[in-house]
Amino acid sequence: MNREDFPMLKQDIIYFDNGATSFKPQVVIDKMNEYYTNYSANAHRGDYDISYRVDMEYENVRDLVKDFINANSKEEIVFTSGATESLNLIVNGFFEKNIEQGDEIVITKSEHASNVIPWFRLAKNKNATIKYIELNENHEVTMEALQKIITPKTKIIALAQVTNVIGDERPIKKICALAHEHNIFVVVDGSQSVPHMKVDVQDLDCDFLCFSAHKMCGPTGVGVLYGKKELLEAVEPSNLGGGMNESFDNEYEVLLKPLPTRLEAGTPNIAGVIGLGAAINYLNKIGMDNINKYEKELREYLISKLEKISYIDIINLHSSSGIVAFNVDNIFSQDVAYYLNRYNICVRAGNHCAKILKSETGVKNTCRISLYFYNTKQEIDKLIELLADKEKIIAEMF
Amino acid sequence: MDNEIKREIIMENYLHPYNKQTIEDDKYIKVNSNNESCIDNIDLQILIKSGRISDIKFNGEACAISTASTSIMIKELLNKTVSEALNFIHEFEAMVNEEKYDENNLGEALVFDDIFKQKNRKTCATLPYKGIKKALMEYEKEH
Repeated sequence: MNREDFPMLKQDIIYFDNGATSFKPQVVIDKMNEYYTNYSANAHRGDYDISYRVDMEYENVRDLVKDFINANSKEEIVFTSGATESLNLIVNGFFEKNIEQGDEIVITKSEHASNVIPWFRLAKNKNATIKYIELNENHEVTMEALQKIITPKTKIIALAQVTNVIGDERPIKKICALAHEHNIFVVVDGSQSVPHMKVDVQDLDCDFLCFSAHKMCGPTGVGVLYGKKELLEAVEPSNLGGGMNESFDNEYEVLLKPLPTRLEAGTPNIAGVIGLGAAINYLNKIGMDNINKYEKELREYLISKLEKISYIDIINLHSSSGIVAFNVDNIFSQDVAYYLNRYNICVRAGNHCAKILKSETGVKNTCRISLYFYNTKQEIDKLIELLADKEKIIAEMF
Repeated sequence: MDNEIKREIIMENYLHPYNKQTIEDDKYIKVNSNNESCIDNIDLQILIKSGRISDIKFNGEACAISTASTSIMIKELLNKTVSEALNFIHEFEAMVNEEKYDENNLGEALVFDDIFKQKNRKTCATLPYKGIKKALMEYEKEH
């Protein structure tokens, strides 16, 4: 779909690493260039026309994000540098104050590093405990397993909505309902879900949602922290400085601005945020449901072909997202990736930042294909043709 | 060296790597070597007796090039003195960095003489050298 919109796709390249980052359509690049070319002023200084325009464009993106994830108000949308910063901001600025010795933080072994390591440090500093939900045979979270792990001490459940190696979609709505019955906060890492499906934070009822622009056709260096307003109000800013203070006259009396500016100290990534806005408009035009439906179709096609190759082991056969992790028998994943690279096919090899997943799957490294709407069945055919010849893989892996 | 022969040597060392095993012995110096840009990760164990390398073992996860390079390196370094080994490493580094080197000194490691053409595999071939160099330099300092 929409391949002609992407300058990168004019190269002779098959890009299957969309879980790492996505390509950018021309409209996003143009929108950012337009800022640097035509109204390159700072935000929040509307004393002159071009600065006023910056404010308008920048704040307009907040509205776009609000509608995109159906937040209740624009105060609930904070711009960050990416999902990693969003997660760290709430771990340090909110949960640091709201967790006590002996409390329990529930995650899984298939989370990405950025939804693991910040919790490790918090648990260490606060003498809290990390608990892992037991995954089923398809490496998925079930409500039964979640129910089993919750205790009166559970304070936080932090989960990716879609994981980045297994690609399973978690039942976040049900998880939130159960969690809130027990006064447990739910943090959702939306890095692999928001770019690929309609995400409605009010319907899910999650407390926080974090995601990055660059995985959804937007620029690098920009992300979003969504939080329910009453919770965001309690988040301690990790950065203090310009733009976020109302006034200060001596060292003890600093009055901060209201949300969300309070959490965005310093000159923001203006071009990046404006680029994110263009990306959202672009995705909306195609329609998130269309994107999701098409990606599922592509995945089914890919799986049906991969399954026929006897020496290929698919790690996440039963997941529903466009992420497929596999290994070729007796060939190191990186050698497979190098082999495919000879034919300009980009797949990622490794542990994909999910370093504790190996104890669940028994597999340390995999090749990962992560699809997006601009991939095609023809591209998959080319991949399958190359993988279907093991002699060729061995002969050409170095 | 002929390309077909190079391939054969690399493949042989990848499929049947020399001394790919771990040993429980405190007399061995242990060093880990990994690449930031990829997933290769190996542990080397080195036994030095009176200034001479008498054994090297390795284990870990590595691609074909890294595995073959480690296997070849081990065979080439065995029975060399520490300073001879460091010279060998120096020559190898010169080769992969397209600098001047003496091809008579590198033995089977010459199979990687054109690895610089594949920028993303250069780090694979040099992986074991990175680790052992560190260990040998430390040994030299202490002795």
